Parts: sequence; C-alpha cells; structure tokens
Amino acid sequence: MQTKSSEARTGWLLIAPPAVVTFLLLAAPLVTVLVYSVLTGSRGAVSLPVTGENYYNIFRTAGGNILEKLGDGSVWDMLKMRNWAGIADIFSSAPFLLVIGRAIFVAVMVTLVTVLLAYPIAYFVSFHVQSSKKSLWLFLITIPFWTSYIIRVALWRTILGYDGIVDSSLMGLGIMDTQLNVLQYGVTSIIITLSHAYAPFAVLPIFVSLEKVDRSLLEAGQDLGESKWRTFLRVTLPLSMPGVIAAVLIVFIPTAGDYVTPELIGAGKVPMVSNFVETQLLKSRNFAMGSALAATAMIVVALISVAFLLLNRRFIGGRK
Amino acid sequence: MTKAPGLKTYAILYLAFLYGPILVLPLFAFNDKAVVSFPLSGFTTKWFGEMWADPNLWKALKNSLIISLSVATLSTVLGLFAARSSVRYQWPFKAPVMGFIMLPLVLPEMIIAMSLLIVLMALGIPLSIFTVILGHLLICTPFSVALMTSAFQSLDRSLEEAALDLGETPASTFRLIILPLVMPGILSSFLITFTISIDEFIVANFLGSGQPILSVYIFGQFRFPAKVPSMLALGTILVGLSICLLAIAEYFRRRGIARIGGKDSGGFL
Repeated sequence: MQTKSSEARTGWLLIAPPAVVTFLLLAAPLVTVLVYSVLTGSRGAVSLPVTGENYYNIFRTAGGNILEKLGDGSVWDMLKMRNWAGIADIFSSAPFLLVIGRAIFVAVMVTLVTVLLAYPIAYFVSFHVQSSKKSLWLFLITIPFWTSYIIRVALWRTILGYDGIVDSSLMGLGIMDTQLNVLQYGVTSIIITLSHAYAPFAVLPIFVSLEKVDRSLLEAGQDLGESKWRTFLRVTLPLSMPGVIAAVLIVFIPTAGDYVTPELIGAGKVPMVSNFVETQLLKSRNFAMGSALAATAMIVVALISVAFLLLNRRFIGGRK
Repeated sequence: MTKAPGLKTYAILYLAFLYGPILVLPLFAFNDKAVVSFPLSGFTTKWFGEMWADPNLWKALKNSLIISLSVATLSTVLGLFAARSSVRYQWPFKAPVMGFIMLPLVLPEMIIAMSLLIVLMALGIPLSIFTVILGHLLICTPFSVALMTSAFQSLDRSLEEAALDLGETPASTFRLIILPLVMPGILSSFLITFTISIDEFIVANFLGSGQPILSVYIFGQFRFPAKVPSMLALGTILVGLSICLLAIAEYFRRRGIARIGGKDSGGFL
C-alpha cells in the first residue's frame, strides 16, 4: 500500500497537466481581462494609470451619465414623481446598460420557459418510463443538442422569417392572410430560438435529481392520506429542487452571454452584451472598455446566480 | 409504473418541438425551390451538388478535421489524467481544483473567446488554427473529465490490486488491466469532444482569424438567402453524421458499463 504522502504526490502529478492547461487558458486570460478593465484605453492599446473610467462609462447615456444624475438627484426626483417613462427613456439611451439589461431579460425568459417545459418531461421519464427504456428516452432528448448549433439557429430564421415556414403554413391553411413575420419581433424570436437550443440542458439535471427521490417516501405520503398532487408539492418537488437549481444556472449563464442568436436571428438589430463586447474589442479596438463590459457582464451574471443560490439555499445540502 | 396519458401526450409533443426544426433540414434540402417555404414543389438533389462543388467547403472541412481531431485527442488525454487522479487518489484541495477544471462548462463561450483573444493579442501570438485548438481544448476538457470520471468510477479497484499482487508493475497494470477496461470511456470521450469541437462557432470565429472553418463557413453562407438550400443540404449530412457518431459513442458507453458488470443509469453526462 502507498503511504498517504506518496498517494498525494501521485495524485498531484496526474492532475498537473489538465490543471496547468486550464490555468494557462482560463485563469490567466480572465485575470488579464480584469486588469485591462481598470487601465486607460486608447485605440488598440492600454496603458497606465489605473482608472475607474471604463466602469463609469458603462452608465453613459446620450445625455450625461446616469451616476451623475443619481448624484444630483434628478433620477430620484423622477422616481418620486413616478415618471416611469422618463426613467425608461434614460435607460434606453444608455447603450451599455441597455444591452446588459436585454441579455439578462432574454436569459431570464429563456430559463423560465426551458425549466417549466423541462420539468414535466423529466418527471415523465423518471416516474412513468420503464427503467430499461429510460436511457433511450434521454438519448432521444439529447440528440438535437448534438447537432450543429449554427444550423439550428439558422433554421429558426427560415421558420420564423418573412414568408418562412410559419407564414407560408398559416397563409396556406387560410388562418392568416398577411405574413406574420415573427422574426421582426427580435427579442421574441431570440427567446424562442434559445429556448429550443437549451431544452436538453434543463431536462438532464432535473431528471437526475428526480431519480434520487426515494420512492418509499411517496408511498408513505399517500398512505398517510395525502392526495397525489399534495404529495408531489410537499415531497417530490422540494426533493428535486437541487436539479431545478442546477438547470436554472446551466441555462441562465450561457444564454446571458449568447452571441450567435442575436447575430443570426436579430440580424444585429437587437444586440445583447456579447455582441457589444465584440464591437468594443474588435471594431472600436478599445480593449479597456471591451474588458470592462465583459467583466461587468460576468459580475452581473455571477451576482444573480449567487443571489438565486442563496434564495434557494434551504433546498441545497442540509439533508441527510 | 402508473398510467399517465396526459404526461405521455406532453412528452410526445415535447419531442415534436425538439425535432420539428431538424426535420425541416431534409424536407427542404430535397425541395426543388430556392425559397424555404411551403408548399413543397418537387424532389431534387441539386442543392447537394451545389454544396459539393464549392471548393471553400473542402478547405473549411480540412481545417475543421485538423482542429477537431487534435482537440479530441488532447482533451481525452487530459480528461484521462484528471479522472484517474480524482477517482483513484486522495490529495489536498481536490474539490476546488476539480471545480476549476470544470469551470468552462458554465462560462459563456463568448467570455472564454474574448479573454483568450485579449491575451493572445497582448502576447503578440498570431491567430491561426492552433489558437482555435487551444480555445476548443479548454471547452472540451470538462466534458472529457466528466465522461472519464464515470468510466473510472465503475472500475473495481480490487482488479488493480490483484494485478499488483501477482507481480505486475504499476505501468503494466495500467496498460493490461485499467486501459482496456476504460477504453469504452476513452472512445466515447473522443467522439463527443470531436462532435463539440466541429460544431463550435464562437471560438472558431474569433480565434481563427478568418480561416475557413466549417462552422464559420456555414455561418457566413447563411447570410446569403440564395445559399440557404445548399446549406440545408450540408446540414442534413452533418446531422446524419452527428447521430451516427453519437450512436457509436452511446454503444461504447453501454458496452463499457456492461463489461464492468454495472447497471445502466442514464445517458451522457
């Protein structure tokens, strides 16, 4: 038998290659982004001194900076007067806040749709499918995820677009007499497309946590006189919450950073934060501002994820 | 097993929603009309011919194969190291280190691509196929680690101890006992990371400096309405190939579980 220290040494030796690769390709670049985001930017270069200007500029609007308006009290006055339209105007004229807000809105909607649609299917496969057929069902659900993402997104454009499949079917059946052209509602089409693309991501974690639910607890609940629906609400649902939480995070985080769908579906007219990061970094070549925007997006997404985890902490851990 | 007709109907509708858009691919790839809309007009294979004749497709395919084969090999090797280390050995700080290696799974690809791009530009490394390989390696390694971990977890440690007791060296034990038993996991990791890499767009687009790469080529072609039918033809072929590769990966995964005598408890991941 090996001693404890030699075992640790072998373990470290084996983990070193993947750990070093991940460190060089992930940690170092992320730190660089954070450093760049507080440096002074000029076209194609960054330099000292350290500055908070890039983060300050995130709050820029067409007519002055929101932080200044908070400072001089004009936004508070609007709040007091309940001038919601005025406040909406300010935010829609703040380009960076607008794309961050849009990305978060899209991600929240997509998460809601995918998780709500996924729960019944995960429940069905876990509780109503013979165990020998479960992996076949999971295989069927995961196959679409493994087909080219670009092609799936582009397909939605041909389905939703002007005279596309939705339009030609509705008009052919005589339900509509003009083109609906769902695609012109940019954000709606983006939400539909992403909800389809991320569907399997939500099913798998929920399925795994439902599989772990002890079936004898359900029988006990019903023996003690609870209805099926109440047993579900009081036993199955709380016990499957870790899977739901995992599904929410797995869908929310990447959809908030999605780049392809706004580009292909929204034709660049409804950019989300990733599209703006590209504009800042590659078109304006303002590395400092691009880094600050990427860092802000990461921080906002991380804060929302942590807040969500804290709100649901009673479901995670704490059980035997 | 209780009956639940409502849930079953829902399940079938859900699958229809998942597969609906993909069924559009073959339907319109063989449709004799340049506009993708109903009604269908007639059967043709001309879009496949048009796609086949484009020399840019073949350049992109060659680059993509170089990238994806390298990435699949490298990430499977890294996954093998990480899984063996975390399943078999106890060492300090295991949880945070493993969590760190799995982190790319939950980071938006755009963040990965942009932060790598900034570092490469800062270091003055020119963008090429090689830089795409680096980016894909980061994205694919966690998938490989997950697959290889489940392969190593179902490995009976007493087999390894028996071989050592019978006089094999650690190296020959690994080669003769462990490697054959985790081989199905290695194959499924290779196939899945290959599929992820060949489909990946964002890293390929931003770290590839405009080199023709399959996903970037498809993205570009979809911007021209006239090219859409031939891209649907290409998509049909790619989806067919993906399903074949996945079916093979699933076959190896199940055979791996059966060989060790375990019980099948789910699909990928």
